[in-house]
Amino acid sequence: MPGIVVQTRLVSGILLKIQILKILGKMGKRDGKINRTVSWDLVLDLPFFRYSCISCHSEGREQGPPGPLRASRPHSRWRLRLPTWYSADWMRVGGLPGDTCASVGQLRGVCTWIVRRVGRMETAPKPGRDIPPKKDKLPTKKKRPRRYWEEETTPTAAAASPGPPPNKKRNRELRPQKPKNTHTPKKSRVSKKPQIVQKPRERRDAEPPRSLSGAQDPFPGPAPVSVEVTQKFRRIDKSKKLPHSKSKTRSRLEVAEAEEEEISVKAARSELLLAEEPGFLEGEDGEDTAKIRQADIVEAVDIASAAKHFDLNLRQFGPYRLNYSQTGRHLAFGGRRGHVAALDWVTKKLMCEINVMEAVRDIRFLHSEALLAVAQNRWLHIYDNQGIELHCIRRCDRVTRLEFLPFHFLLATSSETGFLTYLDVSVGKIVAALNARAGRLDVMTQNPYNAVIHLGHSNGTVSLWSPAMKEPLAKILCHRGGVRAVAVDSTGTYMATSGLDHQLKIFDLRGTFQPLSARTLPQGAGHLAFSQRGLLAAGMGDVVNIWAGQGKASPPSLEKPYLTHRLAGHVHGLQFCPFEDVLGVGHSVGITSMLVPGAAEPNFDGLESNPYRSRKQRQEWEVKALLEKVPAELICLDPRALAEVDVISLEQAKKERIERLGYDPESKAPFQPKPKLKGRSSTASLVKRKRKVMDEEHRDKVRQSLEQQPQKQEKAAKPTGARPSALDRFVR
Amino acid sequence: MKVKMLSRNPDNYVRETKLDLQRVPRNYDPTLHPFEVPREYVRALNATKLERVFAKPFLASLDGHRDGVNCLAKHPKSLATVLSGACDGEVRIWNLTKRNCIRTIQAHEGFVRGICTRFCGSSFFTVGDDKTVKQWKMDGPGFGEEEEPLHTILGKTVYTGIDHHWKEGIFATCGQQVDIWDEQKTSPICSMTWGFDSISSVKFNPIETFLLGSCASDRNIVLYDMRQATPLKKVILDMRTNTICWNPMEAFIFTAANEDYNLYTFDMRALDTPVMVHMDHVSAVLDVDYSPTGKEFVSASFDKSIRIFPVDKSRSREVYHTKRMQHVICVKWTSDSKYIMCGSDEMNIRLWKANASEKLGVLTSREKTAKDYNQKLKEKFQYHPHIKRIARHRHLPKPIYSQIQEQRVMKEARRRKEVNRLKHSKPGSVPIVSEKKKHVVAVVK
Repeated sequence: MPGIVVQTRLVSGILLKIQILKILGKMGKRDGKINRTVSWDLVLDLPFFRYSCISCHSEGREQGPPGPLRASRPHSRWRLRLPTWYSADWMRVGGLPGDTCASVGQLRGVCTWIVRRVGRMETAPKPGRDIPPKKDKLPTKKKRPRRYWEEETTPTAAAASPGPPPNKKRNRELRPQKPKNTHTPKKSRVSKKPQIVQKPRERRDAEPPRSLSGAQDPFPGPAPVSVEVTQKFRRIDKSKKLPHSKSKTRSRLEVAEAEEEEISVKAARSELLLAEEPGFLEGEDGEDTAKIRQADIVEAVDIASAAKHFDLNLRQFGPYRLNYSQTGRHLAFGGRRGHVAALDWVTKKLMCEINVMEAVRDIRFLHSEALLAVAQNRWLHIYDNQGIELHCIRRCDRVTRLEFLPFHFLLATSSETGFLTYLDVSVGKIVAALNARAGRLDVMTQNPYNAVIHLGHSNGTVSLWSPAMKEPLAKILCHRGGVRAVAVDSTGTYMATSGLDHQLKIFDLRGTFQPLSARTLPQGAGHLAFSQRGLLAAGMGDVVNIWAGQGKASPPSLEKPYLTHRLAGHVHGLQFCPFEDVLGVGHSVGITSMLVPGAAEPNFDGLESNPYRSRKQRQEWEVKALLEKVPAELICLDPRALAEVDVISLEQAKKERIERLGYDPESKAPFQPKPKLKGRSSTASLVKRKRKVMDEEHRDKVRQSLEQQPQKQEKAAKPTGARPSALDRFVR
Repeated sequence: MKVKMLSRNPDNYVRETKLDLQRVPRNYDPTLHPFEVPREYVRALNATKLERVFAKPFLASLDGHRDGVNCLAKHPKSLATVLSGACDGEVRIWNLTKRNCIRTIQAHEGFVRGICTRFCGSSFFTVGDDKTVKQWKMDGPGFGEEEEPLHTILGKTVYTGIDHHWKEGIFATCGQQVDIWDEQKTSPICSMTWGFDSISSVKFNPIETFLLGSCASDRNIVLYDMRQATPLKKVILDMRTNTICWNPMEAFIFTAANEDYNLYTFDMRALDTPVMVHMDHVSAVLDVDYSPTGKEFVSASFDKSIRIFPVDKSRSREVYHTKRMQHVICVKWTSDSKYIMCGSDEMNIRLWKANASEKLGVLTSREKTAKDYNQKLKEKFQYHPHIKRIARHRHLPKPIYSQIQEQRVMKEARRRKEVNRLKHSKPGSVPIVSEKKKHVVAVVK
């Protein structure tokens, strides 16, 4: 037997023995002798060859063999030119003609070669894959074996006329492959768009590419991604229509949108890699989770988690305020009577403990755990993690509350004198000192989504502040009577307030600032805090209540508390620990660390805030964070506004340009009909053509305005419908 | 009661030994990455500033010529080889990697007017004021041999420019007329004229290789087809065009360097309106050369500076100048599209980076990703006024700066007059002529 016999197992599990008869082309020789080096290459490459199927067509399919293939005679040599390196399925069992048949292929563009099947091919036993081949095989057993090329020419006819089939027929065969086909463009569109889960039935209808072996890809197409998860990562609002713009701009916008979608799909896919699952607490049927005590939880959970529940008994130095660092690893607390301490609360290693010999109003970590800001009776002091006083900032006096904006490196302080002061801690400069003109300020919180400071006032309003503006960005009337506490959740969507009227309200911060839900508490909450996953904790006297919502993005429902806990003393400070299911409560007789399953985000991002970071990593992060410190002027209600088109100044510039030039360079010139080159072009006909175009334009305008009218009417109708009527309460 | 607390195993988050890499788990949830846009903006701002900090485009100056450098030619096969002809008839061949001159030839008496290499790189042609065309071997003469041209053609008139066909042994010269020569013959295959003025340059189209373009001092640009013996068409501009250069990627596009300080990019199918008018120079533009990508070109001007223009923008993206560089006569963009060479009046050839802040040499993969990321950021925020201002700012020598101010005033006055005329005349009687159409006088076929 001339040539070389190669035995290989294909990806589909078929053992294949083929004989390489001849190698033509660049490296082979015409006379049929095989160049040794080339054949060695072939052996090496065979298991991997990516092959376009010469035919992926079983019987009964209308589609003929693909265009480039020309089957001249069955049971003889047929030649093919392979358009793409695609799959190796053509060598399936029974798919190849009998032993006598040889085929010509190209291997990686190196050379043309002729192959003949020699050995018996067998399929490796694979459970679950038997069905499709059987389907194909059964009829073949009963009937005379039919080959795919028999559709175009019957074997007798082919034997009679060995030449290639007439051109006409070939053209017809080619047609289904052309993009004119209705099926292909649809497919291509699907492939461009993000592969969001669709019903599998649709897929099946779209004729999944079937291999010659009959084996079907059990998971055709790219891996599915759920719609909700992609929605989370979406930045562009798809519901907004693209503006009518020039084709170039439009195509660019479309490209940007497609890219955006692709990115969101990729990000959604990466969800799969997240290692941790959030915690939860579920009562057995009918059991109220609020009745579960901390001791029960501690008993039920593992030792490492149980160690996170602890009480610090500090009776001497009076009610405590506390603060966790950005990573959630460190805890600082300060007592009314001057006791200040910072510790790594996980290992319980004390970093420093001092007495500042002055009343401590509030305490806060700066960007890292190495710096600590303490609002003392008179001035604001900054300590390092050894307890050494680094700065005394006298321009911030009689400070009541502190907030640190980590991405802007701003320390916001509210004072008894009614000033809201922003201190840039990276350069030590006061960026803005704003007079709120509302008396003593002792209720303050930040919106972590947009770095806007929320101040609660004694007249029941909450005002929103940015250092760029002298006036508040918004004022919301929340309560009758003063506001006692304010908290904003991590997505910046919900604000919880409690007032002297014993009400606890949740507001929507997206646009309208409307209350979503309200509830009267017997005592009224003095302290509020949101967790990373949207749990709301309220401190009322010596009781802490925690409410939970349906999911991460929904507001907490105030009907039934998720957990309650009674403390030894009155609550004075509350904070959920980031990345741990722990709520820290400072009260009059010390500190309590409560376990709240499901409070924290389970998967942290190592480049943002890593609880396990080393010293080197922290230093590296510090440099990076300082390099991308966001300027204070960029604080506004919508932090994404910077990425949007500045329409106002754009229109202004356009207007100025028109004024300067004396005409609008972008205006469309009026239509001027061209005189005909052939035949008559009378004035009348010219006018007629001009008129026709003008009329058409006019009609377009009318059509557009008609289309817009119903939308306007709808818009106009909505507010009247939404306005509550006195009779609404009778509607059930 | 069913309870699960979040409990992480520190071993999954901390590296085992000091030799390991630090573990960095990622979570792309947008709530964990707040202020995405402002932070990206700050990064883009920093990247733009750094780009300006690292913008050091000047690489080397090749000195050795004893008179102004009049023409430059690239070697078609070797990136490191450059040929230059000077005003004293001397031709030098340079090695760019070593930055030295490897060969000197006294080629002509008087100016070397034009120089071009053969497409195979084995020889090159020069034309000079002594009415000769000479062909030289690229390699130097052997030991004991004399430096002699391979062929010399004696003409009747002075030749002012030469260009070689991109695929065949044919070259074209210009002077009183455009001559097309076979390398083997001593008389031209054909000569073409249209008008009577002297022609300053002739260029073969690199894609449609039988097309030629030339520009003459009677303000016109003439296009020829080598297959027919007559010119195709010509366009007459306001002022004289010094040279043209064909776009190496788009066969129909060419750019003309004009005396009226502007460059005009034409589509040869529609010569009545230039595709783009490029203005930024404050004196006559003497030479132009395309980057091999066909996206940008570089122009040399009498105002002692060279500028880089994107093909589709009317303003330049970059301007290069030094204190010592005088009127720049010739400019070339190297074939790897990374460097620019310019020859100037004060006898030097200067080598510049095409991208001023590019880091030369091999980049590590981290450097590469950082570069790509910064590039994308700069692109995304390029229209923000603060970033735009920093990215656009260039220091200019005082003469150029004051010239720009002066010309701005002149232009403004002209525009104002036009607007006033438009305002105070019958509507429609004063046509609005766009800047593009203003400079084209006529197209003749």
